[in-house]
Amino acid sequence: MIYRESGQFASSYAKDMRMFPLLQDRWAFGALLVFAFVVIPLIANDYWLSSILTLFLIYSLSAIGLNILTGFCGQLSLGHAAFMAVGAYASYNFAVRLHTPVLVNFLLAGFVAAAVGLLFGLPSLRIKGFYLAVATLAAQFTIEWVLVSFNWFAGGSMLGAIDTPPMNIMGWDVSSNLDKYLLTLSVVVVLAIVAKNLGRSEVGRSWRAIRDLDVAAEIMGIRLFPYKLLAFMVSSFYAGVAGALYAFCYLGSLEVTAFELAVSFRLLGMIIIGGLGTILGSFLGAGFIVLLPILISQAIVFLHISGASDFLANAELMIFGGLIILFLIVEPYGLARLWQTIKEKLRLWPFPY
Amino acid sequence: MQATGKTLRVLLALALTAGLMLAAGCEKDPQQSSAEADTGPDVADNEQFIPILIYRTGPFAPGGSGIGGGYEDYLVLLNERDGGINGVKLVFEECETAYNTDRGVECYERLKNKGAKGAPVFHPLSTGITYALIDRATRDKIPIISLGYGRTDASDGTVFPYIFPLITNYWSQNTAKIRYIAQTEGGEDKLKGMKIVNLHLKHPYGQETIPVLNKMAEMYGFEVTHLPVPWPGIDQKSLWLQIKKIKPDWVINRNWGISCTVPLREAARIDFPRNRVLGVWWCGSEEDVVPAGDAATGYVTTNFHGVGKDYPVIQDILEHVYGQMKGNISPTRVGSVFYNRGVIHGIVTTEAIRLAQSKYGNRAIGGTEMQWALENLDITEARLIELGAGGLMAPLKTSWRDHEGGGLVRMQQWDGTKWVPLGGWIKPDAELVHGMIKESSAKYAREKGITPRTKPEDGI
Repeated sequence: MIYRESGQFASSYAKDMRMFPLLQDRWAFGALLVFAFVVIPLIANDYWLSSILTLFLIYSLSAIGLNILTGFCGQLSLGHAAFMAVGAYASYNFAVRLHTPVLVNFLLAGFVAAAVGLLFGLPSLRIKGFYLAVATLAAQFTIEWVLVSFNWFAGGSMLGAIDTPPMNIMGWDVSSNLDKYLLTLSVVVVLAIVAKNLGRSEVGRSWRAIRDLDVAAEIMGIRLFPYKLLAFMVSSFYAGVAGALYAFCYLGSLEVTAFELAVSFRLLGMIIIGGLGTILGSFLGAGFIVLLPILISQAIVFLHISGASDFLANAELMIFGGLIILFLIVEPYGLARLWQTIKEKLRLWPFPY
Repeated sequence: MQATGKTLRVLLALALTAGLMLAAGCEKDPQQSSAEADTGPDVADNEQFIPILIYRTGPFAPGGSGIGGGYEDYLVLLNERDGGINGVKLVFEECETAYNTDRGVECYERLKNKGAKGAPVFHPLSTGITYALIDRATRDKIPIISLGYGRTDASDGTVFPYIFPLITNYWSQNTAKIRYIAQTEGGEDKLKGMKIVNLHLKHPYGQETIPVLNKMAEMYGFEVTHLPVPWPGIDQKSLWLQIKKIKPDWVINRNWGISCTVPLREAARIDFPRNRVLGVWWCGSEEDVVPAGDAATGYVTTNFHGVGKDYPVIQDILEHVYGQMKGNISPTRVGSVFYNRGVIHGIVTTEAIRLAQSKYGNRAIGGTEMQWALENLDITEARLIELGAGGLMAPLKTSWRDHEGGGLVRMQQWDGTKWVPLGGWIKPDAELVHGMIKESSAKYAREKGITPRTKPEDGI
């Protein structure tokens, strides 16, 4: 009834190629932005801003990066967290050694991570599938090893930890939880829009062709070499920026263990549950993996469910595991697909056939 | 539409299962009912709220549940035996971190404003979470105590007003280890030309002691070889082959979790004397040595507290807490290394609350008040005996400059069935450690743009 495209005609190519062809979607997107930029700062308290929303956005950004590589281009990676580590350490070094402005810093962190990603993407030209996954696992171990072994990367710290300096963007002192949330949100929104459009561009179509069948793509004239490497670079760029945000806007002081292998797996879980090859899925998946366990443990407290504390601690894991299985059974293509289905149903509502 | 019906049915079935699982959990296990169940998290003004970050799940659960359980039991003991602290009941709430930094941060944010005055203090029980909380806790003015772990250079109170690595840190510990070696060998001059292997986890925590050992090697003229153990350290065969070649006089075992146990078996294989393997205190619990069996007999580790049930305070816990079925872990673990470490957490925390009450009145204590108390803490030997903890821990005296407050370490040896204390308290080389802490904390202050405090009231 409300959600349908009848009466909306694209009268120019530019209009036809819009990110959201439907008026309703554009309104919804605008409303979402207003909600995130205006309403949330008004209603959210410190707890939400500092421990949930910022973290959720950072993981979403990193998941978008992994989704570009795995979801768009079909290259499995088990070392995504390591590229976050590269970004975090790079941004720290730029900030402390060269005193570059914060935003430039994040950008440079992304480029350094992209360069490292390029290096570890090279094997993808020869191997694929599970074999490539193992090769990217090497990225995880190598990068962790390098960062632990040479404490030059941690500014010569005897403790191997990095401490991010205070941030200031053209007079805006980014110190409160709200400031950090807004900074993270701005970076994430810009990069998410870029990713969305990248996916719709020629590059994105080439990636998809490679994902679906690389031999066919090659026959059609898509050169695998540059496109696969580009996917690795863009993906690592996103991870790098996410890592920099994680260090600067979320933790403040950290060791390389914050980016351990388990984080790589969690990121992979996010895109699988959220939906491979979609930007929306990256957000939904990050929400699922980051927010749901907290929600479950809060619910246990809120409902005053009492019992042996070690049982309650484990109950959270059991419920969470059960929900993952449930969602994958109900919708193997991820939460984004569920949203797609809802939209299709909405078009027919209230007269489904 | 049929598909939706099916989905609904599956959803309902799952909700039912989850409900049943939780209902099963509601049946109270008589051994493990928690005090929080009785009081609930809503706290009145004459009740002291205490947040508990704990990990009962995950690979390091033995440490988390043991320390957390001992800490909680001590709080319950004060409630049951003394009616709280000066009539102020202690109320605590657990939050499961699973040793995960993000979850630790969430737990901190969740609990920091609870209670009449907010949370007075946090024990993160994880180095990663400690790091993550430094910025936040300093801004929120809530002290963080990291007892025997965490950020070593935070011992410098002038740069870290709200972080308290109390009792002792890793650098102090290693100077004490070298002193123990000197004692055993018969004098510091005997260290000259000695070969020591530092078998450490390839991990920031494992590498932290390399600089201090290098410095001491220079001072005393011994030779130190750092052998990194790749995480998680299940296979250390090639390293021990190397140790066999080096023929060291001592091996320092600086690992965590499973990687603590492996060296004992490997040492037995190459017949390296176990009483010359010196473990860090995180490699010195029953959980670390029991799996190694006979291979562990004679193994020596550092510790900063006593072990066993032969202390009046532990006996009181057995009587007043477990006797009332109010314990927080399995009674068989009472008196173990991790458990007693948890009791120490309780003693330090509640003594600080007591001190704060003597200044601010007998009511709930908030973060800044607790910060003052922690900087003026003086737990004497006499007070420890009063608490029934004489010999359980060393006396502790902090100041606004020194957030470590003692640094005394003692050795313990595994006799095959239990830990036996080895000699008295050993004083670390405070001078050497102090210099290094100053150097490291100055770097932190520079990078964070912090002006170090010049008097106790600064920046509080």
